[in-house]
Amino acid sequence: MLYARLIIMRLLKAVIVLFLIVIFNFFLIHMAPGDPAVVMAGEAGATDAEFLNQLREQFGLDQPLYVQLWNYVSGIATLDFGYSYRQQTPVFDLIMDRLPATLLLTGTAFVMSLGLGILAGSMAAARAKKLSGSLIMALALVFYATPLFWVALMAVMLFSVQLEWLPAYGYYTVGTDLTGFALVLDIGQHLILPATTLALFSMAVYTRMTRTSMLEASQQDYVKTARAKGLAPGVIQRRHILRNALLPIITLAGLQAGQMVGGAILTETVFAWPGIGRLMFEALMQRDYNLLLGIFFFSAALVIAFNIITDLVYGLVDPRIKESS
Amino acid sequence: MNFFARFAQNRGALVGLIILTTIILMAITAPLFFPESPWRMLQRPFLTPFEVDGFPMGTDTMGRNVAAGLMHGAWVSLLIGLVSTTVALLIGLPLGAIAGYYGGLLDDALMRFTEFFQTIPSFALAIVLVAIMQPSVTSIVLAIALVSWPPVARLVRAEFMSLRNREYVEAARLVGQGNTTIILRQILPNAMSPIIVLASLMVATAILLESSLSFLGLGDPNVMSWGYMIGAARTVIRQAWWLSFFPGLAILLTVLALNLVGEGLDDALNPKLSRERS
Repeated sequence: MLYARLIIMRLLKAVIVLFLIVIFNFFLIHMAPGDPAVVMAGEAGATDAEFLNQLREQFGLDQPLYVQLWNYVSGIATLDFGYSYRQQTPVFDLIMDRLPATLLLTGTAFVMSLGLGILAGSMAAARAKKLSGSLIMALALVFYATPLFWVALMAVMLFSVQLEWLPAYGYYTVGTDLTGFALVLDIGQHLILPATTLALFSMAVYTRMTRTSMLEASQQDYVKTARAKGLAPGVIQRRHILRNALLPIITLAGLQAGQMVGGAILTETVFAWPGIGRLMFEALMQRDYNLLLGIFFFSAALVIAFNIITDLVYGLVDPRIKESS
Repeated sequence: MNFFARFAQNRGALVGLIILTTIILMAITAPLFFPESPWRMLQRPFLTPFEVDGFPMGTDTMGRNVAAGLMHGAWVSLLIGLVSTTVALLIGLPLGAIAGYYGGLLDDALMRFTEFFQTIPSFALAIVLVAIMQPSVTSIVLAIALVSWPPVARLVRAEFMSLRNREYVEAARLVGQGNTTIILRQILPNAMSPIIVLASLMVATAILLESSLSFLGLGDPNVMSWGYMIGAARTVIRQAWWLSFFPGLAILLTVLALNLVGEGLDDALNPKLSRERS
């Protein structure tokens, strides 16, 4: 089946890209200032010569570069991303521990930005010649230009400090033994601000794209036919225009995945959300390069996963894909 | 209609141009209004706006003048935005031109390369690059350029592909002009307008990226920047909202202005397209 072959091709491509990133990471470690052993130990963390010598031996840093590259690549193939000496834990464990929070945050923001963006964009397209349509577009432009970390801080200011509606920090209320539904509700409350601020930028992108795409689709002959048939304008908007306008938006959603993952670094930093973005900030503060590069690898993997999902959705929405490619 | 009349027809673009001019003036006149280094501690910390004369935006956690930081920061933002966009153009233009002009295997290889860079989350890559190269204006410019050239390459490639078989190119070929001459003298000038529009939007994105990097503490430690100001004030947001509010507003206005100007340039340079679009 062609659809299955498409998926296999995408997975193969993903493996190649990830492999290249691993090689890239290897050279970055060697580009970092100073002795790679020092770098891996976390610059100022451990400096006694014996420990460094031990590290050099352990990592085979006395061996030729290609042997080191081979060791590094084969290590990662067995999920060995090295050791974070700063946190005294393997990098892989640290990341796995934080990954669920990031998946929850980016996933929520992804769905939210798509839903609200398409809604706002189709409203703007239907009111293209009216003031309300222009207002939506002006607002979208402002969101597009707003620095994410700033809007996050301002949201904390307004909704947590001034109005005291929502919690400003963390993943759940510490010190309470919530279970079941109460816990879900608690996490949900903590999720609202980070997810909304993370969604804003992509939402603006989708709003603009939906409007353009729908205005283009409304010029098509089949829309004229539908109008001539006497179909209600609302039905034409939803069934004929929007459905066809969705395809470029799904393509765009794949490209926005990188934006989401990058934005999560900033959002998680501001909201102390315990995901890999916050972990990256911590790694950055401590100059823990091993951890930093491990997170970089995982963020790329996350983007690729998002891309594959959007490709699958594209195939479901557009039946032509199954036959033509 | 001439170029400026078409540009001015777009009201938003005009507003954007006015904001942008103001910010450029801010950057140029910063040393006149605030000749002292924006890093100097001049007053007691946490002055609220207008509490003391000469400190219209108050002072930060270390008693530094926020207004001075804001004006000096304008210079850094604009400089990094412009230079990194130029470097990104220097990478993306030749790659896109070669891929689009020659086509074939070379095109395939270059596009795979571009795709690879597009798949990597750009902000994460920028963070890693600056962290490894150590934060400085140079490393920030390089990192931003390295993550923002792929759209240039794609756009230039598409333009070159559609232009390479035009009659005037065939004519130039018949006269015996070499490939390099054709690329630089015949096709490139005709592909310039969408590139200019993209470049203006890229400056906006670069400013956002720079501010995000310095917010995370990856700014050049020797220059005052808007992102740094917000990052340094992050932990005291409850006591001193103005410390992060004003620099953020400055970033927002600059990025907004550049986007509006970009749209205006698009209208002015591609009059036919914009009329069809609206």
